Amino acid sequence: MDAEIIAMLGQDGVTNGAIYALLALALVLVFAVTRVIFIPQGEFLAWGALTMAALEGGQFPATVWLLVGCGVLTLAVDAFSATGRRNIGRSVLWNLAYPLALAGLLWGLPIAELPTAARVLIALAIVVPMGPMLYRVAFQPVAEAPVLVLLIISVAVHLAMVGLGLLIFGPEGSRTQPFSEAQFELGSLMIGGHTLVVLGASVVLIVALYLFFDRTLYGKALRATAINRNGARLMGISPALAGRLTFFLAAVIGVLSGLLVAPITTVYYDSGFLIGLKGFVAAIIGGLASYPLAAGGAILVGLLESFSSFWASAFKDVIVFTLIIPVLMWRSLTSHHVEEEE
Amino acid sequence: MNANTQTRAAPGAPSRLSPKLVLGVFLVLLVAAPLVLPEFYVTLLNYVGLSALVALGLVLLTGVGGLTSFGQAAFVGLGGYTTAWLTTAQDLPGWLAFIGSSPWFTLVAGLVLTATVAVILGSVTLKLSGHFLPLGTMAWGISLYFLFGNMEFLGGHGGLSGIPAVSVFGYELLDNGQFYYLVWAFVLAALFTTRNLLDSREGRAIRALKGGMVMAESMGVDTSRARMVIFVIAALHACAAGWLYAHLQRFVNPTPFGLHIGIEYLFMAVVGGAGQVWGALVGAGVITVLKQWLQDILPKVFGSAGNFEVIIFGVMMVIVLQRARDGLWPLIAGLVPVREAPKAIDSAAAPLARKPQPPMGETILEARDVTRKFGGLVANNNMSLHVKAGEILALIGPNGAGKSTMFNQLSGVDTPTSGDVLFRGKSVAGHSSREIAGLGMSRTFQHVRLLPKMTVLENVAIGAHRRGSKGVLPAAWRLDREEEARLLREAAIQVERVGLKDFMFAEAGSLALGQQRILEIARALCSDPCLLLLDEPAAGLRLKEKQALAELLRRLKSEGMAVLIVEHDMDFVMSLVDRVVVMEFGEKIAEGLPAEIQKNPAVLEAYLGGV
Repeated sequence: MDAEIIAMLGQDGVTNGAIYALLALALVLVFAVTRVIFIPQGEFLAWGALTMAALEGGQFPATVWLLVGCGVLTLAVDAFSATGRRNIGRSVLWNLAYPLALAGLLWGLPIAELPTAARVLIALAIVVPMGPMLYRVAFQPVAEAPVLVLLIISVAVHLAMVGLGLLIFGPEGSRTQPFSEAQFELGSLMIGGHTLVVLGASVVLIVALYLFFDRTLYGKALRATAINRNGARLMGISPALAGRLTFFLAAVIGVLSGLLVAPITTVYYDSGFLIGLKGFVAAIIGGLASYPLAAGGAILVGLLESFSSFWASAFKDVIVFTLIIPVLMWRSLTSHHVEEEE
Repeated sequence: MNANTQTRAAPGAPSRLSPKLVLGVFLVLLVAAPLVLPEFYVTLLNYVGLSALVALGLVLLTGVGGLTSFGQAAFVGLGGYTTAWLTTAQDLPGWLAFIGSSPWFTLVAGLVLTATVAVILGSVTLKLSGHFLPLGTMAWGISLYFLFGNMEFLGGHGGLSGIPAVSVFGYELLDNGQFYYLVWAFVLAALFTTRNLLDSREGRAIRALKGGMVMAESMGVDTSRARMVIFVIAALHACAAGWLYAHLQRFVNPTPFGLHIGIEYLFMAVVGGAGQVWGALVGAGVITVLKQWLQDILPKVFGSAGNFEVIIFGVMMVIVLQRARDGLWPLIAGLVPVREAPKAIDSAAAPLARKPQPPMGETILEARDVTRKFGGLVANNNMSLHVKAGEILALIGPNGAGKSTMFNQLSGVDTPTSGDVLFRGKSVAGHSSREIAGLGMSRTFQHVRLLPKMTVLENVAIGAHRRGSKGVLPAAWRLDREEEARLLREAAIQVERVGLKDFMFAEAGSLALGQQRILEIARALCSDPCLLLLDEPAAGLRLKEKQALAELLRRLKSEGMAVLIVEHDMDFVMSLVDRVVVMEFGEKIAEGLPAEIQKNPAVLEAYLGGV
């Protein structure tokens, strides 16, 4: 192994690590605010990537029908609950009118001729609203349930979404066009333009999230909910709104990571899960609480993966997932505390 | 359900079925099933049995013990692959070849290997609190799955075939109908032993895990051991299922041992009703049959081959967890009204051995200059106090004075920053609350910590945990009945002693708060203590109950018990106790007889803000 290979593997690792970092941030965010361990994060990634692939292929993306279905379901849940009925007008607007309008718009657009930026926006517009809808249907009715019940629901949702993914995208994987074909030479090292796009986008997103949480009222409301749900509620912050907002952000991050990862690897309907789990390993390194540690963990996971695929490619995933065990051991040794009264 | 059955019954004689009858009918149906059912259903029942075995482990682990695992399929794989490799591989070294000569030897080998792996994984992951544990199980579940698929000698993703059939007494089990009896013998043995285990000393310790670690440890339960025990048992159940699977299919590949199948096992336990032994059977049956049915029906309806059953599964799970979190078993149990016999208490059982009681007047507990700092906050500053045998000491003070912190230092829940705590002349600062409980200190909790679904008697019997010694295996095979009778007798005596005799077999959660506090005292007494630490025992009691409690405490005192109580009810304290220690801002501001304390200017200042 020479310096060139090390540099190449390192570049690969850091690129993937940046994407894992985004996922890890979303997982930490969702857990902190709603106590949901968000296993379906990976499905948003896969659906985003595959929607983009469909748009590039000039096809009408089938995820739109999924959005319409999700919307109808959410509207039904709202209509059957007392709190939902109070805001039924808004619910009809977002859950019925918006998906249908989007479907109509896409029907009229010449999909094959759209510029890349428009495709990115359309992919986001289709997949992201399903985040808050998912929260409304699956999690809001049991928002106060123990973490374990939420976790099992989360796993159940993941299964259903993978099944739906196979149904609408089929078993074939897709790869999308990179956002930049440029190549830069740095000494003897070739740096792909897409790598820079991934790193840049990750940094921009992380900074944007930081500003959102630090400077905006909604961001502070989410932080308050994460620290103390009841306290936040007494201050007039609706836990339901906080939950939907969090799932919205998680879906945005999921879809963007999907768009970033699709040019690097072929994405299948079920690829999201493994990629998401690697984000998990990173998030757990951060104890599901610390953003910088989680981001650092993500880079570590990315590097470990790219180097182990060079040495022992068959055992790549074994190595990454076994990494979690020493991490957990370290976590369990460092976090000793007297059990609190409940 | 009760109301219904009773209105239908003849007056005076509730028409409830005897449990033996219901079990008998179930067994007859089980034995007759392969003789009357077509081959297809027998095969299906075999798979139900295999899954039920794994789900049963999860009932113990998740439903009863509160530890969620998504990784059980990996343990099934360990069992399956061990036997597959040992019985099919050529050129094994001598001793391995010997083990491989019979599936029964490979079963033992698989169980030993699984137990070893489970102990290693458990010692790493079981310390993790709440949600970290299930995530950890997911991670090693995936790791083991990829390992199965990537090991050359395990046949890679293609797997291993040509696994021999199992022989029982020289009779080869070749078809599904014959194998059926082997599978269900395993399931029944597992059901029987799990049920026995839960109804025993170790079982109560396992059930106590859900009541919080602090409570269980204070009652002398080694919670890390109890967690490890159920983790290993669940893994062994899964391993046995894997062994059966390998010899039923005569072929293994990695697919049935992946994470998704592990998730399915957890679903079975949850759908059936995690926490119910029979729930495992119901869950395994419902999910296996439903899956088969969905795989048959859905492609016909929707045309193409999709993964429809997964979608329906996921949606169904969400609905079950939103609407019926206790699973299906309670609903089914409601349809068949089985008579529940209250536990028999053998009043002739030999009494439990008691520790020698210290002589009257001996100093039992002494705190010397105990200081506890949380960062810059000094919660206890140079606190000293002592309690003698045959004396009741009250620790009082305004809210936030540091009484609870002091209580935690004394009982071993927390460790003092400096200073020492002596129990019967021996330093116990820094020792675990479990060790301290073993020395003869027992306590109650300010916020009642009971197991609401267990009876009063069983809750009290947890207190006697350290006075018994029979472990998991004797409990599973009912070799612990003599000791169990003695433990229950002791518990019954303590229940009567505190005046809860009428509620002996009621669920603890159905008692009023005041009675629950009294129940905690009975539980503490059951451990044969020489010092009782009572945290606000009179809160929530009515006047009569307070008088009864005071009477009980006086009686204990006259028997030589040392009692330390933290209490806010001044009438209760002043008429009962021998001495009072008053705390404010983490420090002792007064100590003396009740009458002196009532006149002490510093105390009046603290309580009334100056007079």
